[in-house]
Amino acid sequence: MSTVNLSAITKQFGDVTAVEELDILIKEGEFFTFLGPSGCGKTTTLRMIAGFYYPTKGKVTFNDKDMTTVPPEKRNTGMVFQNYALFPHMTVFENVAFGLKVRKITKSQTKKRVEDILKKVRLDQYMDRQVSQLSGGQQQRVALARALVIEPDILLLDEPLSNLDARLRDEMRNEILRLQRDYGITTIYVTHDQAEALTMSDRIAVFNMGKCQQVGTPTEIYNQPVNDFVAEFIGETNLIPIAFKEEKNNEKIYHCEQLDADIQVQATEVNIAEYNRNDQLLMSIRPESVQIDKASLTGENVFKGEVILVQFTGASVHTYIKLSSDAIIRATDLNEGPSTYLTNGSKVNVKLPADQIRVIPKARM
Amino acid sequence: MLNAEKRKTLLLLIPVILVLIGYVLYPSIETLLESFKKNGVFSLENYSDFFGEKSAANFEALWNSVYISLLSVLLSALIGIPLAYIFNRYDFPGRQFFSNIAIMPIVLPSLVGVMAFMYLYGEAGLVPNAIKDVLNLSEVPFSIGGITGILIVHAYTMYPYFYMTTSSALNNIDPSLEEAAYNLGSNKFKVFWKVTFPLLTPGLVAASLLVFMVSMASFSAPFLLAGGFRVLSLQIYFSKINGDLEMAATQSVILSVVSISFLLFMRWYQDRKDYRMASKGIGAHRSEVSNHILKWCMVSLGILAMIVLLLPHATLLILSLVPEGAWTWQTYPTAFSLENFILLFEDPNIWDPVRNSMVMALLACLGVFVFGIITSYALVKRKFIGKNLLDILVMIPWALPATVVGMNLILAFNEPSAFSFGKILVGTFWILPLAYFVRFIPLVVRSTTAVLEQMDDSIEEAAQNLGAKWFYTFRRVVIPIIMPGVLSGTLLAFVQAVGEFPTSVLLYTLDNRPISIEIMNQLRMFNIGQASAYGMIQVGLIAIVMFISYKFLGVKTENTL
Ligand SMILES: Nc1ncnc2c1ncn2[C@@H]1O[C@H](COP(=O)(O)OP(=O)(O)OP(=O)(O)O)[C@@H](O)[C@H]1O
Ligand SMILES: [Mg+2]
Repeated sequence: MSTVNLSAITKQFGDVTAVEELDILIKEGEFFTFLGPSGCGKTTTLRMIAGFYYPTKGKVTFNDKDMTTVPPEKRNTGMVFQNYALFPHMTVFENVAFGLKVRKITKSQTKKRVEDILKKVRLDQYMDRQVSQLSGGQQQRVALARALVIEPDILLLDEPLSNLDARLRDEMRNEILRLQRDYGITTIYVTHDQAEALTMSDRIAVFNMGKCQQVGTPTEIYNQPVNDFVAEFIGETNLIPIAFKEEKNNEKIYHCEQLDADIQVQATEVNIAEYNRNDQLLMSIRPESVQIDKASLTGENVFKGEVILVQFTGASVHTYIKLSSDAIIRATDLNEGPSTYLTNGSKVNVKLPADQIRVIPKARM
Repeated sequence: MLNAEKRKTLLLLIPVILVLIGYVLYPSIETLLESFKKNGVFSLENYSDFFGEKSAANFEALWNSVYISLLSVLLSALIGIPLAYIFNRYDFPGRQFFSNIAIMPIVLPSLVGVMAFMYLYGEAGLVPNAIKDVLNLSEVPFSIGGITGILIVHAYTMYPYFYMTTSSALNNIDPSLEEAAYNLGSNKFKVFWKVTFPLLTPGLVAASLLVFMVSMASFSAPFLLAGGFRVLSLQIYFSKINGDLEMAATQSVILSVVSISFLLFMRWYQDRKDYRMASKGIGAHRSEVSNHILKWCMVSLGILAMIVLLLPHATLLILSLVPEGAWTWQTYPTAFSLENFILLFEDPNIWDPVRNSMVMALLACLGVFVFGIITSYALVKRKFIGKNLLDILVMIPWALPATVVGMNLILAFNEPSAFSFGKILVGTFWILPLAYFVRFIPLVVRSTTAVLEQMDDSIEEAAQNLGAKWFYTFRRVVIPIIMPGVLSGTLLAFVQAVGEFPTSVLLYTLDNRPISIEIMNQLRMFNIGQASAYGMIQVGLIAIVMFISYKFLGVKTENTL
């Protein structure tokens, strides 16, 4: 078990900068997720930790030990590849035993440890199968067992579930979590599926275009995004440009050009992100926080609007409301039966609660 | 560590490059230099002689080679394409069987095939004489020889190239394309010319180029059948026999230029974007032939094709049973026995060539096996500058006609050189295994490269991640995975080395004479039976190897060309 410390890591491929000035500290036993859109540098970072790439600049340390240029075979990390990378000419047993054989563990020890781990991933009856005769989920578990059996200091998983169908994915998520908790192993997980990241992780690092935008627990990331990229990438949100006007009591007042109105926001850390003077500002409000009512609403930030679209998705109902010529806002409510659905064209009042709004700067590119 | 990666690449590349430079590039350059020498001094005289009036025979030979090759392409295409179309598009009794038989010519080594043809259709051949006797003619009605002989043998041995490319292209065409054309109102004829044929074109062009190159290089057919007819590959041999190495070098250079320009043309053509089928995995759909007359016409065609195709094999078998002296002046053989085969095991003089062939082929195969794995691995999995160049260098022996490969080695190693460890190799045992090795490098590299490209990089990374060092990974993971590809290539190389004639005839010595040379000797002594018995041994070896690769390596015969 190790901590992993990436300090000021940059990786360039020719002219392309895949990862830029990355600083991350991953704690012992933590389930840490790299989340981001395709091509943002997640795999590249993971491969630098595994040792398949060496950073152009910066340092990789495990437990304060400098690993920056240590070859992959000497890092004692266990990696699960996206395509599993099982050895096609070996049986399940031989695949799992490979790492132990390399470590010159005795035959009987090897047999015992492989059997144990295969039991753990519930594949003990498939021990002598050729790996090509296994289903996708089973192959996945062999890959996991193969990585875990060597008792790695760090477990690395690169989109391990992306090739599986939805149901199996759910099952494997739980399986991975269970094993991770059992072994208490430091785990780095790469995904571009935000639901996966939010449900599984202790902490998440959100990447965009080679830069880490934010590191935090799932609730921090969701509730207190540091900029518009994070707010938009994780979950759904309404983003409307605003500008700072004044500070009053415990509230800050922002002016919104699109609505031609002032917006009150609570002046707390939760509601206002750090920003610089000359940053462009946006307010972000999650659809589930927007209140709509046909009757009049009291309090701050109440606007009149017209319903332009109602989407029924099962558990919830999305309502799109036009507040002005260029401001459309989306509200999401739990489904409470047909009588509560609004119809297109109806006039409604919309409230953006002052404690639910978050003011964020535009991400600097 | 970045440097460690580079070091590994370098370590892999050094032997590969040394071998390629020493045994491919350096000999070619020696030949080129030699061609610019007259009596040891630099001059262009050889070339002016070649194209001038002084040795008109050479220019005539070049011209003959070219037009025989063009005609061979035409004939092979005319046989191969319709046959492939009929056997793949129509369903009739025995279809599967006939289509398996259709590729039988490839199990006959060239020299043996030509020999069989000679005794089937030649002046004293069985078929013309049989017809003569049956019809009570005073003279044989026909016999092959000279240019017709060469062309017929070429058509027989080379039509499989067209047959196979057409078959696989037809099987890859999405049937819905043709159905769409029918649906839009085209008739059968139009659909073939407007839809099917254009889709076949890329394959056909590739096959044409291949056949052209192979017949430019063809040696055995002219060697046995040409009579006074001159072709370039044979001229090289004659120049060498007459001791005019400088002229032989010049002729080699010219033949190489033609061949290599075809190789480059082919690479260019294959790199061009061609229309690949978007949809995959749809099996061919065959129309059931319902018209009875047509159906039986096709069956008869199949049977006829089968007889023609297998007659050489049958002849070989029959002739191998003719003991010495039982077929000299008579029209037909007079006795049959197993004597020729028994002698193989009893008379060491007769057994020697078989042993020589096997030993030398085995040595060459060990070489290409190791060299093929290393080279392919470097080409596919390693990054370095000049990869394209290396790729071309590897393919050169494939483009060079065998006669030229032989000449190159003679000119490079008839004097001591660093690559022969200061020894003269010509006239020793080692020159022939070396020649086979050089000849079959491309074959093994290509089949190995194909499997390596299928192997995902992450497999190696997984092994490394689990703690395995590079060499351990290579030994325990990479090699076992690519083994089927390497082995099938190597086995094929073995088969071809056992049957190899052109380089053998240029380089053999009395002590290492291989089977092919002994066949030639026996033919010279009119000992047809023994020659055929040797031929049968070659065919037997080929059959065993093909069976093994099919059974244990899952290699289809069709893929071996
Ligand atoms: N070996 C390489 N050579 C050149 N460029 C590369 C290489 N590997 C990655 N890149 C580039 O670096 C950037 C980041 O790639 P990376 O594979 O890390 O993305 P990713 O976040 O894993 O994306 P995905 O979710 O699609 O897997 C991309 O622009 C990619 O094109
Ligand atoms: Mg990736």
